Amino acid sequence: MDAIILQILNGLDKGSAYALIALGLTLIFGTLGVVNFAHGALFMIGAFCAVTLQRIFNISYETIDESRTDFLGNPMTVKTPYIEHWFGPEMGGAIIDWSVPLAILFSIPIMISIGFIMERGLIKHFYKRPHADQILVTFGLAIVLQEIIKYFYGANPIPTGAPEVFRGSFDFGVMLGFDPNAIIYPYWRLVYFAFAAVIIGGVFAFLQFTTFGMVVRAGMADRETVQLLGINIDKRFTIMFGIAAAVAGLAGVMYAPINSPNYHMGMDFLVLSFVVVVVGGMGSLPGAVLAGFLLGVLESFASMNEIKSILPGIDQIIIYLVAIIILLTRPRGLMGRKGVMED
Amino acid sequence: MLGLNKRDFSLLLIVAILALCAPFLLNPFPADSAMAQFNAGYPDLMQRFVIFGIFAIGFNILFGLTGYLSFGHAAFLGVGSYSAVWMFKLLSMNVIPAILLSVVVAGLFSLLIGFISLRRSGIYFSILTLAFAQMSFNLAYSVLTPITNGETGLQLTLDDPRILGVSRTEDGSIPVTNFFGLEMRDTYEMIVGPWSFQFNNGYYLCAVLMLLSFYIAIRIFRSPFGMMLRAIKSNNTRMTYTGLNARPYALAAFVISGMYAGLAGGLLASMDPLAGAERMQWTASGEVVLMTILGGAGTLIGPVLGAGFIKYFENIFSKINDSVLHSWFSFMPDGLENLLVTLVHPFVGKGWHLTLGLLFMLVVIFLPGGLVEGGQRIARLFRRKKPDDAKKSTQSTPAE
Repeated sequence: MDAIILQILNGLDKGSAYALIALGLTLIFGTLGVVNFAHGALFMIGAFCAVTLQRIFNISYETIDESRTDFLGNPMTVKTPYIEHWFGPEMGGAIIDWSVPLAILFSIPIMISIGFIMERGLIKHFYKRPHADQILVTFGLAIVLQEIIKYFYGANPIPTGAPEVFRGSFDFGVMLGFDPNAIIYPYWRLVYFAFAAVIIGGVFAFLQFTTFGMVVRAGMADRETVQLLGINIDKRFTIMFGIAAAVAGLAGVMYAPINSPNYHMGMDFLVLSFVVVVVGGMGSLPGAVLAGFLLGVLESFASMNEIKSILPGIDQIIIYLVAIIILLTRPRGLMGRKGVMED
Repeated sequence: MLGLNKRDFSLLLIVAILALCAPFLLNPFPADSAMAQFNAGYPDLMQRFVIFGIFAIGFNILFGLTGYLSFGHAAFLGVGSYSAVWMFKLLSMNVIPAILLSVVVAGLFSLLIGFISLRRSGIYFSILTLAFAQMSFNLAYSVLTPITNGETGLQLTLDDPRILGVSRTEDGSIPVTNFFGLEMRDTYEMIVGPWSFQFNNGYYLCAVLMLLSFYIAIRIFRSPFGMMLRAIKSNNTRMTYTGLNARPYALAAFVISGMYAGLAGGLLASMDPLAGAERMQWTASGEVVLMTILGGAGTLIGPVLGAGFIKYFENIFSKINDSVLHSWFSFMPDGLENLLVTLVHPFVGKGWHLTLGLLFMLVVIFLPGGLVEGGQRIARLFRRKKPDDAKKSTQSTPAE
């Protein structure tokens, strides 16, 4: 029993990342009808927002401390970040420590503006072109974005720590009444899951309970009729693109402590999140979320030793296998609407 | 001639002449001049030109002609490489059985994957092929390690049980790949004044096979079968309504292009007998898509041009470093020189992928027919006075 709960928990954090990226992807597909291969790159840029903010906070000036000496006997130079200088060591240290959560605020305007620029500057011109062209141009864009990041940040992963409070793990099993040490779970993954739940809930609430969201949903269902009613649906869809970009970016920001950001993390996640979208059903938001968590949990179950000993290698291919079976038996995906992209 | 009309035959002839004279044509600069780094006439790179040319020609039969965008073609290349290396390990160092096996294995593998993937079209087809390729890649890295040797990659060792041949040569080293005794890595160097031209056995084997594949591709393009593939691309639904089952034709195109990829993989392994899983990764599949689109999908010569273009810039652009840039701009005032070097720096050397990505985007946006269409547009500018009727037949159809 505890092993099963442990695997479910392990699957949840990856599943949250899949769900968040797939949510953005399917939001773009459902509204604009565009297949965005650059979405993984947005996730990666989000993670690098966290890196950037951490670097900004750590910009320091050097002072020479006469009282201490280094191993050569010279007076030691001490680096003090400006933040600590301005806010005092305690407050400043706390700000630096909390740079990843603070990067959420920092990344939202950046991601939304990147989304706007992408949509207005490039993707707008590809509505009428075939899906293959959209895939190709966004694939090119993904390469460009990835290379730009690589140019500025180098090719190596950059460790970006979570706040001190959330480092380390805790014994989750004891809380549920299992033996101690049965379920050890890192704090940050729990934070990530909660964060993903909040974001997903926020997006759904936005679409469900605001007038803006209602119009967007109407546009997803029947774009032409909404336009005939005199609503500028394109403008709202552009805003939705920005929101989708922000969702991917936030997923990336919070993922930075779990996996040190590197320039190709977007490409690594892209393929999987596409698979997630297809499994959930193209254009279906609940489907994307459900499939994200489902596949994340399935993947972690498949990596259990008991299962691997029966079916070696299953953990590597389970997601693709599920996708192939779903595509062949139920091409509209788990929760896709009948008739959408069903060829 | 050869069952081709005059235009196609002259195209084949031009490609043949270019391929056979490549050691001269690609070495236009004297070996000791400052421009020598732009020479591409060394065996390794020339082999890559033609091998990836074959790969792209095959991909074009599926994508350019039939209209199915596969994002998993590198899997067939990888499978081809693995089977060729196994042939070297087990049977003999002759390249012919290795290449034959790699084509057959890749063909069977693509039959399996194509049979399943072609049940869907459009983006679902792309994702299915992508999923299959990633599955093969992941498996090659993990469970199939006894066959693929995992991360290290499959290589020849000193104690391979080679049935026709020896496990090691008399001086105790690994034997080299050959074509009935003609060693693949043998290079004849011709020195004419300051120029040095290299003629490599392996390159000529690849070039001949490339010409053969090109010829077959032309025949496919001009055959009733090719017409059927074009019909699938332009309107599959209508094909179905006329009572025709289009799937066997699409599957045939898929298998043919898979066999081309297998041939390319086998040749890669024949030139340098090792095979690694990274050849199957989906970014490698993306590369052949780039080549085909950049050159011009749906045209005969486009994929070859695209493959040559990308491989050339991959090798030459990535060699340009800051000191080379400084020497180029040294005639300018210092400040301007430094500024230009700083501006150009991100796009060359290690950053050449950035240039590639930008170029690819520009081509998809403005020139969907690729380099071939660009050439046609320029040609049209110069011969505007002539009547237009002759050119209509040469115009490429942009990829869908």
